[in-house]
Amino acid sequence: MSTAFNIRLLTADEHAAENAADSKRAESSVVTLANDVDPLTLRDAIAAAQRVELHFPSFTDGRAYSQAYLIRRRLGFTGDLRATGDVLADQLTQMERTGFSSAVLTSDVNIDDARRQLQRFAAFYQGDAAHDAPFRRPDAV
Amino acid sequence: MYQYNEFDKAFLRNRAAQFRDQIERWQDGRLSEDQFRPLRLQNGWYVQRHAPMLRVAVPYGELSSAQLRVLGRVAREYDEPEAEVYSRALDAQRKLGTVRLPTHHAHFTTRTNVQFNWIPLAKAADVMDLLATVNMHGIQTSGNCIRNISCDERAGVAPDEIADPRPFAEIMRQWTTLHPEFAYLPRKFKIAMTGASEDRAATEWHDVGLRLKYDEHGALGFRVTVGGGMGRTPVIGAVLREFLPWQHVMNYIEAAVRVYNQYGRRDNKYKARIKILVKSEGQHYIDDVEEEFRQIIEHDGGPHTIPDAELERVRAYFLSPEGLAARKQQPDPLAATALREAAAHTPQLARWLERNVAAHRDPALRIVTLSFKRLLQAPGDASADQLDVVADLVDRFSAGEARVTHTQNIVLPWVHADDLLALWNAARAAGLASANVNLLTDMIACPGGDFCALANARSLPIAQAITERYQDMDELEDIGEIDLHISGCINSCGHHHSGHIGILGVDKDGSEWYQVTLGGSDGTEASGPAQAGKVIGPSFSAGEVTEAVQAILQTYLSLRASGGARACRETFIETVRRVGIEPFKAAANRVRTLAEEIA
Repeated sequence: MSTAFNIRLLTADEHAAENAADSKRAESSVVTLANDVDPLTLRDAIAAAQRVELHFPSFTDGRAYSQAYLIRRRLGFTGDLRATGDVLADQLTQMERTGFSSAVLTSDVNIDDARRQLQRFAAFYQGDAAHDAPFRRPDAV
Repeated sequence: MYQYNEFDKAFLRNRAAQFRDQIERWQDGRLSEDQFRPLRLQNGWYVQRHAPMLRVAVPYGELSSAQLRVLGRVAREYDEPEAEVYSRALDAQRKLGTVRLPTHHAHFTTRTNVQFNWIPLAKAADVMDLLATVNMHGIQTSGNCIRNISCDERAGVAPDEIADPRPFAEIMRQWTTLHPEFAYLPRKFKIAMTGASEDRAATEWHDVGLRLKYDEHGALGFRVTVGGGMGRTPVIGAVLREFLPWQHVMNYIEAAVRVYNQYGRRDNKYKARIKILVKSEGQHYIDDVEEEFRQIIEHDGGPHTIPDAELERVRAYFLSPEGLAARKQQPDPLAATALREAAAHTPQLARWLERNVAAHRDPALRIVTLSFKRLLQAPGDASADQLDVVADLVDRFSAGEARVTHTQNIVLPWVHADDLLALWNAARAAGLASANVNLLTDMIACPGGDFCALANARSLPIAQAITERYQDMDELEDIGEIDLHISGCINSCGHHHSGHIGILGVDKDGSEWYQVTLGGSDGTEASGPAQAGKVIGPSFSAGEVTEAVQAILQTYLSLRASGGARACRETFIETVRRVGIEPFKAAANRVRTLAEEIA
């Protein structure tokens, strides 16, 4: 399956290094949203950002999935949309499908376990941030 | 029935493989208990009082004979605890007085799913593979996600049907399955749907209730209610839309769930259901949903607007079974005579025809309920052998198709009128012909404190005691139609809030007590508008419950208005509504005093 946002997996160190490099560049902009913020209220800041970071305080708190969907689909954001916080292997597919383009794995996640989850399903029943619903695709079964 | 294509089948196999992978990672410690819990829940696996419990999804309650046989096989081959687990469970339950803890059984639930109580978690992956061979699974039968959609058990066959809800239920089954945005909602989310004028699916008791209707221009759509639910705060759903064109049902529910996902409470699990958000926000919530819906349509382009072709494609799976039409044209006059004569000489048969056989939209056919309410087995329980028998009956008499009802029975939707006598004989031989549909003993009961880790008290011994007391069919018919619902705790899986008589298990200082409510309704025409029953005072001890029920029923018999003819007689719920709960409360309280004095 080709996804528009093949999610890039980062370790905490890689994420920290990117942040450090970004902060040195004058034009760089990273917008960080807590998961109880309505992204539609930050329309301009998000439009100007290179990266938006959304936070999962716990992997069972799914608010950031809706934020991601709105940022991609409603605001048309095309930059990097990153998941931070309690990011585990078994939620990566949901992140990718709601529009995240990168995710910072928690330290105890095995990278192979994580990648395996992303390759498991060839397609899904419903549309998402990157795909039409199957019945709207020309090749629908 | 909907036929799974290669995509559906591959999807289920992948899901089963994914769960196997997750179990392995949990077993070797790569996933912690907390990390694994939501994953197993969203595959239908609970950890209960004594053992794991598997809840298998029955989408909109529809089952094939092949699926029934595999459920029978799961019961026979896998629903068996390890010896040590079972002896520990028996010891624990014996102390409470339970004498039976059946194994090798399946249990039909109030949300038309099927549960198994004893499958060891070590065999979970094998069971999921086996279920997948007949397109079954436990996807989203638990967890804080959109659960299995329940439906009218007479969908597609009821004479009072406006439109068949099953094609919509199937399209929505697909849309809800592994929806990426809604896998970690604040709390569980239940949808019920009906296309009939009678609400047999208790829609207003659900997070979202959908009722098909035509508008004044003849367009088909849904009346949408939101925020219904039982639990510790019983709420009847509020109307969110009087009319929503069918094409937009998923776009609209996406809006309703998205607003809930963002703003539903997550700080307190008892306040996390959508009903609390709807209650606290009121019109504000409705405005937010309408605005989000507008954005989904205008800005996002209505990603899940159902095209006509898609509805037609799915509708084609739900045509009447082939073979029935040919047979209908040659009714057998001898069969009709034989049935009439047999019924004249056999009161049980006459009662069964009256109680368990309903009119069909096709005059040559009937809708038949197999009752799973009888002595010695819990309401909704089916042994492995009984599941096999049901599968055979379904093949012989109902074009291979059955329905699970939210009252924990099985309906055969395609029975030819000429087959009624043969079906009755076969059902009776299997112990599935109790002529008690809608009567007192056709009660709803959750598994309660014999199995469930959440229960405060046992439900099944109460169900059993009342069933034993009311075995006289004349007496049951005299009491007439009544809904008795029993829950072992406030989570209300036994729907006690909607019972004309509701019984709720409560824990007082470590012992089992039971609160009794009166006047609840699931929203059927006979029961009146959906509403929660009222508590009739302090709770009763286990020993007092049957007598309290008896006193309540005696009070009804003495107070009911009678027009002389049977048909004019006031039903229990009508009498409760007319006279209020006080006389019943007084009668039940006298039982309590008597029992306590004797003790």
